[in-house]
Amino acid sequence: MSKFKKKKGGDLPAISTASLPDIVFMLLFFFMVATVMRDSTLMVNNSLPAADQVQKLDKKDRVMYIYAGKPSSRYMDKYGSEARIQLNDKFAIVEEVGAFVLAERASKRQELQNVLTTALKVDGETKMGLVSDIKQELRKVNALKINYTTRIGEYTQNMD
Amino acid sequence: MAKRSVPVVNAGSMADIAFLLLIFFLVTTTIETDSGLNRKLPPIEEVIDPPIIKERNIFTVVVNKNNQLLVEEELKDISDVRTLAIEFLDNGGGAGEDSCDYCQGKKNPSSSDNPEKAIVSLKNDRETSYKVYIAVQNELVAAYNELRNREYLRLNPMSGMNFVQANNRYADPRTSSDEKEKLKPQLNIVKSMYPQKLSEAEPNKN
Repeated sequence: MSKFKKKKGGDLPAISTASLPDIVFMLLFFFMVATVMRDSTLMVNNSLPAADQVQKLDKKDRVMYIYAGKPSSRYMDKYGSEARIQLNDKFAIVEEVGAFVLAERASKRQELQNVLTTALKVDGETKMGLVSDIKQELRKVNALKINYTTRIGEYTQNMD
Repeated sequence: MAKRSVPVVNAGSMADIAFLLLIFFLVTTTIETDSGLNRKLPPIEEVIDPPIIKERNIFTVVVNKNNQLLVEEELKDISDVRTLAIEFLDNGGGAGEDSCDYCQGKKNPSSSDNPEKAIVSLKNDRETSYKVYIAVQNELVAAYNELRNREYLRLNPMSGMNFVQANNRYADPRTSSDEKEKLKPQLNIVKSMYPQKLSEAEPNKN
């Protein structure tokens, strides 16, 4: 009798969840590898102006970024409040833009070198003088495709 | 004597920890795609013999340092720019070989001959604010897009897309190359009907 009773317990063996962490770690590593983190920290205020006739800027490998705007509050006492250009991780003057573009271009693959776009991430409060100077520098190094990066919204948000 | 066994460490919460990490990474990393207004700068070489352009074929927009707009020598509000630009581009006032059979404008003889000759000239001051400049650019691009949408829908009524949507689809890397081949000539026809001729003068130095 007791022989049978043992079997009668009938409960299913618990499913081992020991491998669950492994699965989740796999997912975790996938995301860590696949997502690209922003490679430069912003040192300027960067509230982009709004526009609604925008085109998407896919293919991150063909884009180089130029930031401009007033230095953010923690850099304000060191660099002043005049709008400046940021290239990679440091402030730059207008004359350095050309060299930056050439260096970026040289670091890309051969077949991409002629299709590069320069994304201008310029703060809305910046004066056009600085933007024109950047554009002039870009023309000098023949980087003619540009993109004024904006956020999506009505143009009326820009007027106040 | 009772046998002592080493207590098994419960690994059940390990998954929770890993999930926590996973969710942290999912939240902090951004897979954002930037978007903006694409423009092409003119090459730097000086044109030795600039072509003569008739005054009526130029649509001048000037933004001064107080962010005020002067459209065709008149003080205007930014909300008028789009309609004025469309009116100018779509005017089609030319006669003979300059005439424009798809234009629906007023055919005013003192405005542009046809969209291919029409040039929008934008001039700003060094003190102009960037966001106002972007707003003006946006409105000018919107004017072109509106006209291109109209023509695209007229030429391809069955496509179910307007020009902007078709162009986005063409630029999307996920679109198949067959479809791209099909879209390309359709887009190019409309682009050549209303070519974006936007000239920017060097800003004023004061």
